[in-house]
Amino acid sequence: MHLTQRQDSGMTALWLIPALPLFSALVLVAGGGAMPRRLAALFGAGSVGLSALLVVLVARTFLAEGQVLQQTLWTWLQVGDFSADIAFYVDGLTLVMMAVITGVGFLIHLYSVEFMWEDASFCRYFAYMNFFVAAMLLLVMADNLLLLYLGWEGVGACSYLLIGFWYRDPDNGRAARKAFIVTRIGDAAMLLGLFLLFTELGTLEIQPLMALANSEWRTGDTVAVLATALLLGGALGKSAQLPLHTWLPDAMAGPTPVSALIHAATMVTAGVYLIARTHDLFLLAPQTLQAVAWLGLATLLLAAFTALVQRDIKRILAYSTISQIGYMFLALGAGAFASGIFHLMTHAFFKALLFLGAGAVIHCLHHEHDIFRMGGLRRRLPVAFVSFLIGAAALAALPLTSGFYSKDAILLTAWTVPQIGPWLWAGGLLGAGLTALYSFRLVFVVFFGETVTEPDRRPGWYMSGPLLVLCVLSVLGGWFALPLADVMPDRGHELAPHWVEYAGIAVPLLGVGLAYLMFLGGQLSPGRLAASTAGRLWAAFWQNGAGFDALYDTLWVRPFRQLAHWWRNEPIDHAVNALVRLSRWSHGVLTALQNGELRWYATTMAFGLLLLLAVILRNTP
Amino acid sequence: MDGLLVPLEHVLVLAASLFSVGLMGLMLRRNLIFMLMSLEVMLNAAALAFVAAGARWAEADGQIIFLLILTIAAAEVAVGLGLVLQIQRRFRTLDMDRADRLRG
Amino acid sequence: MIQTLFYIAALIALAATVAALTRANAAHALIYLIVSLLAVAVLFFLLGAPFAAALEVVIYAGAIMVLFVFVIMMLNLGQAGIEREREWLQPHTWIVPGIMAALLLLALLLAVRHAPGLTSGEGVPPKAVGIALFGPYVLAVEIASMLLLAALVGAYHLGRRFIVRPQPTGDEESA
Repeated sequence: MHLTQRQDSGMTALWLIPALPLFSALVLVAGGGAMPRRLAALFGAGSVGLSALLVVLVARTFLAEGQVLQQTLWTWLQVGDFSADIAFYVDGLTLVMMAVITGVGFLIHLYSVEFMWEDASFCRYFAYMNFFVAAMLLLVMADNLLLLYLGWEGVGACSYLLIGFWYRDPDNGRAARKAFIVTRIGDAAMLLGLFLLFTELGTLEIQPLMALANSEWRTGDTVAVLATALLLGGALGKSAQLPLHTWLPDAMAGPTPVSALIHAATMVTAGVYLIARTHDLFLLAPQTLQAVAWLGLATLLLAAFTALVQRDIKRILAYSTISQIGYMFLALGAGAFASGIFHLMTHAFFKALLFLGAGAVIHCLHHEHDIFRMGGLRRRLPVAFVSFLIGAAALAALPLTSGFYSKDAILLTAWTVPQIGPWLWAGGLLGAGLTALYSFRLVFVVFFGETVTEPDRRPGWYMSGPLLVLCVLSVLGGWFALPLADVMPDRGHELAPHWVEYAGIAVPLLGVGLAYLMFLGGQLSPGRLAASTAGRLWAAFWQNGAGFDALYDTLWVRPFRQLAHWWRNEPIDHAVNALVRLSRWSHGVLTALQNGELRWYATTMAFGLLLLLAVILRNTP
Repeated sequence: MDGLLVPLEHVLVLAASLFSVGLMGLMLRRNLIFMLMSLEVMLNAAALAFVAAGARWAEADGQIIFLLILTIAAAEVAVGLGLVLQIQRRFRTLDMDRADRLRG
Repeated sequence: MIQTLFYIAALIALAATVAALTRANAAHALIYLIVSLLAVAVLFFLLGAPFAAALEVVIYAGAIMVLFVFVIMMLNLGQAGIEREREWLQPHTWIVPGIMAALLLLALLLAVRHAPGLTSGEGVPPKAVGIALFGPYVLAVEIASMLLLAALVGAYHLGRRFIVRPQPTGDEESA
């Protein structure tokens, strides 16, 4: 373990990195609709830009000194022998995450300025976005798991708010609720995991926790497996992996830059970060680690198949995101933590690029989402075309792009896993082929062929600039040397034979070729394939995401609604209502007595007098 | 003066009878004027009982209470007859069974 | 002798009261009621309460009954009123009040049947009443005066609008 730490090592401004976007969010909330758009944009994008600059400074200090940076601000809460600080811990892993969040985040904020300019809730949008960046930074910089959980819930809340950003459409609200509830299932598991860790080891501070776990537990202990399984539950929910992946495609209801930032580049990778952060625990529980690998593999194949038949441009990208995060999980499960994080970073670049490119297309095409109503946009939207081409190439892991390096590292490492290695590798390779197929299907259908819808505008500089920067990053991102060696181990992949490596290069190219034949050259007609009965069933099956939504609907949603429907009639209230009816009834009776007739009153008074006298006479002998 | 020597019981029986008759009148009559008269009878019966008790023990208190009852009767009649006039003006009748606006 | 007088007066009082409350004509009823009150005044005198007897005659039979007479004359119900009273006094209307009154009488008789002793025969002179009235009972006198004042104001307020017909503009709300 690398544990050379120093309090407040030079960078006292560490706290400013999450504080700046938070402050800006508060200003935007307070300013509300009264703020002019330019000022709101300045605050919204500027704060994240400043944070990004600070991250660069922190990175320079870190790389120069090679020491973990720590900063404790104050004690957050103290109960009995438990205490949690507001404290930051920055090592290589954190730094990579911070760079991605602030760097890609800044580009997306810039892009949003143009994309959202005409929206009535411009200010609200940037308030949510800044709040999200602050929460995400808190998540990755947290020194203890409780603070991490705070950030974890914070990004969940922002995700909910931003998916339902256009809340006037009830469907968006439904999608937001679905995302919130499904991730909540995972969050509950994660919270239980935190409880278990605390009761077993007595602390939630990450580094002492890892050290304690290493000394207290033996590899494969039940408690280690249980704790990691619960943490994995949280990671699955947040990162949209099987079986909690159903929320992400619906989350595309939010604005496209939101999808780029939250549902592609940063938040959905929080699960990957969590596992990488607590990798010592996972290494103590090989069973869980293996489950991570298999779940990742299953998710990546399922999502790739689904992406192949979707028509909505954003849903294709959403399934592609699920699939790519599946690769990251596969890497984590194979013990290639550094490769997983590497893929996280490159994926952040090229998926943000693809989403922003898709956003540009959608923006310029009157909010058209269906790829078969686009087409021939190559010459009309050249910036979007170049972005898409580079993004798709990186996604498909074509040689020399960033995606190639990261995905190749994952596949090679998967091969070297004992016993199950070749299976993981084969699955991942199939997924790579599918990835190439669906990503170039997207490119060919949208940008080649006949023009179906004319774009009514062209992206301006605020949109084109970030796209071009991300293009460069998507290509060159593979050459970044991440300072992860001190943080976590990586399984060496030198053991893999050469033909494995060649296969990893060849299969994506084959996928691209197949896509060309099917969607551009016309030698293979997907229409004829889909016309056959088997093809139709096959397409329908994947069209609906392998029926997971329907399955959950039958298993959980409908029984729950039925139950709610029964309780809606409020059986318990009936008992209480009986009391109400009784008093109403006696009210009626007493009202009848109060008939306003003087003689009746006199008579009843006489009767009362009689009763009184009778009682007195009875009691006096 | 020469003392009257009758059992207290007899005076009280008379008072009770007068009271009962007054109560019967109150329950029987629908005319407000007759109801007020019935009330007078009942008050008078009560006063009789007090005076008789005062006579039994030769104390002044009985007559004092009679005085107070007299005051109440005077006040009640003054207000009651004022009400009679108002009711006659508003409802054009003194039938108390028809003046039942206060029914619940 | 004097006992006989007592019982005769008692009988007159009872009979006159019953008669008063069963008449259809309000004026007749009032005369009967005055007779009843006078008989009770005689009873007071016999019981050795001359002051009370005097007040009974002056205030009850005098002032209060005169008020009744005034009102009856003002209303001037006439023959139609008498007819209506007859109509209201059907036999069946007697049932419930009769039963209730009889039951109450029974209960009262049961209550008073063991009243102790005879009347003393010693009178309580007005002087003794006056001393007690302005001695221990002075507070009660004050309260009684306030009650009378309140009744005076109330009666004026209630009776005024009947006598003085309000103008169509209706300014009596501000009066």
